[in-house]
Amino acid sequence: MHEMSLMESVREIVEQTASQHGARRVTAVRLQIGALATVEPEALRFCFDVVMQDGVAAGARLEIETVPGSGWCWDCGEAVAIAEGGAGCPGCGGYRLEVTGGGDMRVKDIDLGPEQESSTCA
Amino acid sequence: MCVTCGCSATSDAHGPGHDHDAHDHSHAADAVLPGARGFGVLRPTTTRTVSVEQDLLAKNDRYAATNRHRFEAAGVLALNLVSSPGSGKTTLLVETLKALAGLCPAAVVEGDQQTSLDADRIAATGAPVVQLNTGKGCHLDAHQVGHAAESLPLQRGGILFIENVGNLVCPAAFDLGEAHKVVVLSVTEGDDKPLKYPDMFRAADLCLITKSDLLPYVPFDVARATANAMRINPALECLTLSVMSGAGFDAWLAWLRREVAVRARMSGPLAVTDAGARA
Repeated sequence: MHEMSLMESVREIVEQTASQHGARRVTAVRLQIGALATVEPEALRFCFDVVMQDGVAAGARLEIETVPGSGWCWDCGEAVAIAEGGAGCPGCGGYRLEVTGGGDMRVKDIDLGPEQESSTCA
Repeated sequence: MCVTCGCSATSDAHGPGHDHDAHDHSHAADAVLPGARGFGVLRPTTTRTVSVEQDLLAKNDRYAATNRHRFEAAGVLALNLVSSPGSGKTTLLVETLKALAGLCPAAVVEGDQQTSLDADRIAATGAPVVQLNTGKGCHLDAHQVGHAAESLPLQRGGILFIENVGNLVCPAAFDLGEAHKVVVLSVTEGDDKPLKYPDMFRAADLCLITKSDLLPYVPFDVARATANAMRINPALECLTLSVMSGAGFDAWLAWLRREVAVRARMSGPLAVTDAGARA
């Protein structure tokens, strides 16, 4: 369940960002998860509510955007799309592939506010 | 600061429509609440999106980079041994440490959910060892390993073996600062494992197929396993060995010697090492 550890990282990043912007509430968190990343988006969703509980992003909406996998086929000598981990080259069917994209997991952006308490302009 | 527009104005004449020195604009009137002493108290009523663009593993990767720098500066070959539980990682390590004794200084970080049983086996060889218990955790992370390595002697031309938690999934994602991940696959597990758990075989640089003495008794095809592993990672090196019979063990030791030499050269002639002081 390394998804729990990853979601703890999400919480840390979200809370830091909210604090930097003086926000006390986060209403949405958007993640970009590569199709070849070592994580299951569904498992992340499962962890989200539990990990965000009692924090600035409690009750926030989680949106997960999938980034397609890409790589370089050494046999075709060109950049190709890779559907999933372990899949062959869509051109030649070979496996001499080097993954170049779709392996990352990122917090893309978050929605802040509206504030639940009034703030003084001073 | 004005929390509605984020500007740094400090004027107390700050109503729904207002001027700042640098810019003029209006805030929506419905965002203004009655405030004390004539101040307008503003409550933002809309959400705003803030770009973050941070990798989930960024924190671990920062610790890993620190570890890697430290290991490289010390001229130490750090290896992260990963596999499913029961592949024979600890037995392989014990025999490797015996073979290296007197020839190459080696230290070990042992990762398990619980107990110090593995560390006890390693300690019996005379090698310095630190046991990390991850509790509910399913993998070692770079922060834990960095602290564990602090209490181990890192000698130039030596090896730091990090035996990860037995788990063929999660440790693939966590860089510990190692020079190489070494994935251990025993012949009792099935030759299709690289296809079923591709992330680990993609992350590794060397695959050790262990327990080859059992090949006559199990339906495991070494050529097929190697082909499957290389289908996932064309650059993967594969070695087959048996700790029990000793078959193939020399090739593993030769691989270690080669990599130790590379790391020792990389550290340069003037590298500061931790050797001696705590050895």
